[in-house]
Amino acid sequence: MQIKGRAVCLGEDIDTDMIIAGRYLRTKDRRLWATHVFEDLDPALAGRLDGSVIVAGKNFGCGSSREQAPVALKEAGVQAVIAPSFARIFFRNSINVGLPVLEVRCECVEGEDVTVDLDGGEVQAGGRSYPIRPLSPRMLEILHAGGLVAYWRDKR
Amino acid sequence: MSTLSERILGGAAGEFVDREVDRAYAHDGTGVLTLEAWHAMGTNTVAFPERVYLLFDHIAPANNSTTAGLQAELRTFARSKGLHFCDVGSGICHQVMGEGSALPGEIIVGADSHTCTLGAFGAFATGVGATDMAAIWISGKSWFRVPETIAIHLEGNVRAPAEAKDLALAYVGRLGMDGATYRSIEFVGDGVAGLSMDSRQTVSNLAVETGAKTGLFYADEVTIQYLSESGQKTAIQHPEECRYEKEIGIDLDDIVPVVAVPPRVDSIKPAGDLLGLPLDQVFIGTCTNGRYEDLKRLAEILKGKRVRVRTVVAPASREVLLRAVGTGVIADIVQAGCVLLPPGCGPCLGAHMGVIGEGEICLSTANRNFRNRMGVGGEIYLCSVATAATSALAGELAVWEG
Repeated sequence: MQIKGRAVCLGEDIDTDMIIAGRYLRTKDRRLWATHVFEDLDPALAGRLDGSVIVAGKNFGCGSSREQAPVALKEAGVQAVIAPSFARIFFRNSINVGLPVLEVRCECVEGEDVTVDLDGGEVQAGGRSYPIRPLSPRMLEILHAGGLVAYWRDKR
Repeated sequence: MSTLSERILGGAAGEFVDREVDRAYAHDGTGVLTLEAWHAMGTNTVAFPERVYLLFDHIAPANNSTTAGLQAELRTFARSKGLHFCDVGSGICHQVMGEGSALPGEIIVGADSHTCTLGAFGAFATGVGATDMAAIWISGKSWFRVPETIAIHLEGNVRAPAEAKDLALAYVGRLGMDGATYRSIEFVGDGVAGLSMDSRQTVSNLAVETGAKTGLFYADEVTIQYLSESGQKTAIQHPEECRYEKEIGIDLDDIVPVVAVPPRVDSIKPAGDLLGLPLDQVFIGTCTNGRYEDLKRLAEILKGKRVRVRTVVAPASREVLLRAVGTGVIADIVQAGCVLLPPGCGPCLGAHMGVIGEGEICLSTANRNFRNRMGVGGEIYLCSVATAATSALAGELAVWEG
């Protein structure tokens, strides 16, 4: 699985309240989350996410277990998130909704093309390459299915 | 020779295992997406309805007709599938589960990050997201990576004016917001025996603020006694010689009242450094500090006096509320001028009741002080019940003299 996108650089310890605020959770309208994603961090960010790969600092997605956070990113067109580390519930949720998350410390240049080779275990950004921490076979299986819902649907 | 996580999950640190879960719970917030994912998975079955709980606590009772509609769907589903269902007014999911529905040695998953609270009972209790929960409804199972463990050795006794919350904030400050990511924390040592179950739940509750999967206490006499009050018979868990990834020590006698300065839970300062900080609201409650001991401490400090800043109090559960009514604790709190909310999460997540406004400062006993969490443009300082109560009387940040 190859993923491509333009780099959007973010800092460390981005919490799930910052990704999608609690005031927007009581709905099933996924587009609403995409509209308000990162609103409290930078209201202009949502408009720049389509076709992007987020390259963030450590501990991305810390805080609440809200799955609306990775769903909002995916709905906004984020192709993958790369960070040296993730909060574990966010990490699992992302795989489960079919949003690739890769653990690697990667130098980020805003707007630069980033390519992720999920099976080869490598990220390429502007000619530099970084080995990613491999995902478990189960996680890869879920991602390849397009998320845990599809994984279960296929299984039945 | 294993850590408690390894023993409960039945594998060595680093291994991936598939396990049946003993109990699985979701709330009105995460339940909506769980139900949606469950439907989308193309099924009509719940594998073990007797192990599945749905509890309404996040916006309880509903604040508008959209929320009410979403809750109605979940309510109908829970009843039709024969799940354990706790409607509005029952209390915060972790607290209600902790009142006899979390036992030592169990694997418990909750669709909420603060599920780690139940690690206080010696259960491997951890948070998952909605889609994971939907798969658990279907199969009764989930996969886990057996975590490495960080041991926190506790010695001595927490002494007034400090309390368990100060200990919790202190270790979060020491480990940092990602200091235990993917790890489990075990609280061990002679200092554990002096911590009540209410205190242990406060300490376990903050484990996720360091990134930990869970924060475990071995079940001891205190645990057995507490659980026997709800009719549960359980056995003591004895620690074994084992390999910890990291060990730190905390002398409980050194714990002092502290505050977590926004917007980070690990930004810890002695409360004494912030004396006089002006406050717009004080909030006492949540899965961190809404238990009976907390309300009792609050009432002791407030009794016969008046708060000088709006003070919002939410008991963690109906059981807590009833006990506090019975002992006169609630009367003291209400007479002191506090606003009493129904049992539940209250304003912690900024969804309804007690939301703060632009530029306002809330001193809170909760567990998160992220930017805008309790209201856009507001700031949250986290502290103990004693610090919150004393500050409510002063109208500004103040420290209890014990």
